[in-house]
Amino acid sequence: MVRKFGIIAVALATLIISCSGKPADRTKKDKHTITIAGSTSVMPFTEKLAEHFMIDNRKFVIDVQGGGSTAGIQACLNNTVNIGMSSRELKEEEKMLNTIIICYDGITIVVHPKNPLKAMTLQQVSRIFSGEITNWNQLGWINREIDAVTREEGSGTRSSFEELVMKEREIDDGIMVQDSNGSVKEVIATDPYAIGYISLGLVDQRVKPLTINGVIPSIRSIKTGRYKIVRPFLYVTNGELDEDGRKFVNFVLSKDGQNILKKEGLVGFYD
Amino acid sequence: MIKNPVRKEQFVKWVLVAFALSSLLFLFLIFMFILFEGLPLFHKVGLKNIIMGSKWAPTKGFFGIYPMIVSSFFVTFGALFIGAPMGLSCAIYLSEYSGKRMKMFLKPALELLAGIPSVVYGFLGVIYIVPLIRNYIGGSGFSLLATSIILGIMILPTIISISFDSLVSVPKTYREGSFAMGATKWQTIYKVVLPAARSGILASFILGMGRAIGETMAVIMIAGNALRIPTSILDPLRTLTGNIALELAYATGDHRLGLFSTGVVLLIIIMILNYIANFGIKRKM
Repeated sequence: MVRKFGIIAVALATLIISCSGKPADRTKKDKHTITIAGSTSVMPFTEKLAEHFMIDNRKFVIDVQGGGSTAGIQACLNNTVNIGMSSRELKEEEKMLNTIIICYDGITIVVHPKNPLKAMTLQQVSRIFSGEITNWNQLGWINREIDAVTREEGSGTRSSFEELVMKEREIDDGIMVQDSNGSVKEVIATDPYAIGYISLGLVDQRVKPLTINGVIPSIRSIKTGRYKIVRPFLYVTNGELDEDGRKFVNFVLSKDGQNILKKEGLVGFYD
Repeated sequence: MIKNPVRKEQFVKWVLVAFALSSLLFLFLIFMFILFEGLPLFHKVGLKNIIMGSKWAPTKGFFGIYPMIVSSFFVTFGALFIGAPMGLSCAIYLSEYSGKRMKMFLKPALELLAGIPSVVYGFLGVIYIVPLIRNYIGGSGFSLLATSIILGIMILPTIISISFDSLVSVPKTYREGSFAMGATKWQTIYKVVLPAARSGILASFILGMGRAIGETMAVIMIAGNALRIPTSILDPLRTLTGNIALELAYATGDHRLGLFSTGVVLLIIIMILNYIANFGIKRKM
């Protein structure tokens, strides 16, 4: 009994402490706070950048939150964040925001390493995901159904894939759905008959990237513009950034910042 | 703190009452919250288009969750198909056959089974059951079959503990009467004890169903989450809970409301199941 009350007391105390730590309290006079929110694809990289930035600039506090591209853009429009993150291009009604491209990310079509196929056309990929091609023998492999995996509705990676690969076709309802780059990769790495799409930065020896329309996805082929399934990672701002925000963005676009992104497998602006 | 023992008793009582009522308050708040968030879309899109609609593409304005309702019931009955015979057998063994020592060993083991987090079940499913099905039976492995097996194991503790309680509460005189008539042990169990405990056993099945239909994490990991109604046990499927958890991270606007209306439907289904289970138990008493 006593122990149970103890647990409740600790829980209440934690609740009270966590409630009192409002962001506003941290904005003391000598602290500079930048809030950033949006795409969960961009978030891990922004966090990394923010970590490095805060080591050199001790007076800065950078709050990085997820929520998705759309949520980030919306928050930016409402001025609730300084910077929004987006992993897709802005729609017509969002065009009044300023955009800063921080880097590019390739979306690679991946299969299991045991799969003998090395290349596909964009058309073939889109026909697999629209449910027109359902068997590997239609692509010149064994007679076995294709286990295609897509991302969930609302994901930035999915909407880029729909726009760049599917075009006017629609992703079929019978296609499996996973809710992150990581779980898609896990399915592909364990199922020899699977196919899916993930960020170039996450490709390793457990999955095999396919050559699309004769171009191997790589940092180089993205940079030269030959690999076409590429999306920008954007920071969006409502109007001009204040001095603090500009300082952070300048760091991201500097050689140091871009090198951090390059190490993570993204395509920046320097070699 | 408080010297007078009578007042101290009163104080403790009122503190306990306050905590007891607060759990009721939480239930009420959750209920209101889900309804307030979920109902506007029913008004906007129409009840029929949500419950009977077969296309789910919330960013394009389709909010049909019919395939998910059907899929949820598929996995629930699949889980019951696997979990009910196992659970009931275990409960019969525990209450009628097992000795004290076996009981001392089995009961805590079952409680441990109930305490394993669902993500661990899901992980086991992905690592072992899904590849087994893919290699030996067919399909991608992410399927109705895999989900039913995992959920069947997950509902075992619920089924066992409630049917065990109802079997134990059958009066000893029933059994002695049956033995006196010359019936064997199995005849006694089959003809006397089980019918007497019937309503409790049914309640355990229904509460097991409630557990299966509400399970989320393990299901997302092994169900494959495809939007079509499965046509075989090897097809992937998406449940109501899976739909909410899968898409909540990115959902905004109507998409988010759509997920809340999925929650409303789920809430109603679970309320009905719990009502039936309680009704079953009450009739026994």
